[in-house]
Amino acid sequence: MSELIQIQDLKKNFHVGSGRVLKAIDGVSFSIREGETFGLVGESGCGKTTTGRVLVRLYEPSGGKIIYKGRDTSTLNKNESKEFCRDVQMIFQDPYASLNPRMSVEDIVAEGLDIHMQLTRSARRAAVHELLELVGLNKEHAGRFPHEFSGGQRQRIGIARALASKPRFLICDEPISALDVSIQAQIVNLLMRIQKELGLTYLFIAHDLSMVKYISDRVGVMYLGSLVEVADSNELYANPMHPYTKALLSAIPIPDPDLEATRQREKLQGEIPSPINAPPGCKFSKRCPHVMDVCTKVMPPMIEVAPGHTCACHLYTKK
Amino acid sequence: MLLELKDLKVSFDTYAGEVQAVRGVSFSLDKGEVVALVGESGCGKSVTAQSVMGLLAKPAGRIKSGSIKIEGVEASGFSEKQWEGIRGKKIGMIFQDPMTSLNPTMTIGAQISEGLIRHQGMNKKQALERAEEMLKLVEIPNVQERIHQYPHEFSGGMRQRAMIAIALACNPELVIADEPTTALDVTIQAQVLDLLKNLQQKLETAVIIITHDLGVVASIAQRVMVMYGGIIVEAGNLKDIYYEGKHPYTWGLMKSIPRLDRTKADELSPIEGTPPDLFAPPAGCPFADRCDWCMKVCKTDMPPLHKVSETHSVACWLLHDGAPKVESPLVPHGATGARKSKGARHV
Repeated sequence: MSELIQIQDLKKNFHVGSGRVLKAIDGVSFSIREGETFGLVGESGCGKTTTGRVLVRLYEPSGGKIIYKGRDTSTLNKNESKEFCRDVQMIFQDPYASLNPRMSVEDIVAEGLDIHMQLTRSARRAAVHELLELVGLNKEHAGRFPHEFSGGQRQRIGIARALASKPRFLICDEPISALDVSIQAQIVNLLMRIQKELGLTYLFIAHDLSMVKYISDRVGVMYLGSLVEVADSNELYANPMHPYTKALLSAIPIPDPDLEATRQREKLQGEIPSPINAPPGCKFSKRCPHVMDVCTKVMPPMIEVAPGHTCACHLYTKK
Repeated sequence: MLLELKDLKVSFDTYAGEVQAVRGVSFSLDKGEVVALVGESGCGKSVTAQSVMGLLAKPAGRIKSGSIKIEGVEASGFSEKQWEGIRGKKIGMIFQDPMTSLNPTMTIGAQISEGLIRHQGMNKKQALERAEEMLKLVEIPNVQERIHQYPHEFSGGMRQRAMIAIALACNPELVIADEPTTALDVTIQAQVLDLLKNLQQKLETAVIIITHDLGVVASIAQRVMVMYGGIIVEAGNLKDIYYEGKHPYTWGLMKSIPRLDRTKADELSPIEGTPPDLFAPPAGCPFADRCDWCMKVCKTDMPPLHKVSETHSVACWLLHDGAPKVESPLVPHGATGARKSKGARHV
């Protein structure tokens, strides 16, 4: 499989006043192969959403490169940029806030069509109807407004909008976390079906690790702006290496009372520190149960601990 | 018996008509028990809890019929004054979102003291001393300093700890926790759940925990009540529900959540459709429209409560003697591999 998008040492800083800098993304590198789903997980404030936003160029990166189909996206000219925007689309977290309440579903879905393809009125309508049917709505819905729909249906509208410009790469930023349990599975199954039908590549951002495990081929774990571990999804869950990944996995309650009663938890003390003026060294060192001297001084490099499994932790650099 | 609800019905009058949020809920709770109310948004779980606290939004919300007994005393007709004697003293409440349910203009210490001054007749100094003890109990570091801080100086997890301290300050018999960890990150959620569990055992407080997360339920509760469309569709102890579940909605819930300990091969099957409209709730079973095993009678008649065992009861027509026998589509407890789930059969 060839690599569709490569992220190299990506950085994004926000200036938060008084000369302080919030490093939302602090040197993240990974690549996503054509046709796969890459899951990005982490707790709030870890930079996963910012990564997604930088990728669709909602934010300009402060450093590093995004290479899409072999080309650095910062060197694209105007036409190429438009092409890139057409190829890379986004599904947002909150289906209540991400649809314009004053636009009809038809106009919402057709926005991408209007920008990227000049269609006649009837062709535009036909395209919208086709998209609505693709996401499990029907054409009668085209004339309605967002408030007439439930959360799950709204998210379907958001997905139809993202698919309108015939993209190849979709960034799904917590697309299910605002939905009810029984509806979440509907949307996830829809996303997986569409991926198969249209051959799409996904970046799936979420904090729900069980859902990420279910949908992703490979998973990256972020902590405070850095990527700490990347592996195939089954490998990551069967064989977590980084102390943070271990703690994160064991913190998730499993819906099985017998298992829950006998499970050993890797407990984590304290809370996520502020990403403003973060200390040198490993970002996780303050909460890590295996912290060593070197951890507070040197940032651990990302090294391959098993084929296709990389991890940034000093516990593994020595060997 | 600490708490007893009998056929509680709660409605809200809105401009569009009457919303029948709770349509006949009965259960009881003993001292020291931990019970979970599980269900999706709009199923009536929060409204049930609000009625127990006398916190229904007035004047829209009203108890239509049924009874709420707190330590044997009928409470459904209580005046606001009478409720004030119960809230915070006999029943404490932990709300979902610690960001919005603490008062931003009061220090944490003052917010914990409030209940103590009112219910236990303490003076300010005594109350602050007790507040300090409470903050230590919920494992907040640097208490001397923290007690004089405002909510915005606390992180999300700390705020939820402070909220637990407020709820427990007057040694209530019962604590109602409405989605106490939903707004928190997983590692913080694990800390807060551990704390709740330890305190519950130490203080022997009864807890009603409201959540949609079946994992959280499995880690903390003793008994579970599954709500759907304003009624309790299945109730039992943990094992009854997780391993011996009998209601198609319970099956659907279990099948629609991915599990960390399963592989991708286990299929995720959503419950198709959406929950019923409580403006005009269906005459029969509220789940009938989404149920793979729906029969004629399900659409017309509300299913009665069948007792499966001493602890386990199910409101479903499939358990009627005349109904066809249906096997649970879930992987049987203890089985390692996934069993081929049988296709839904319409009967």
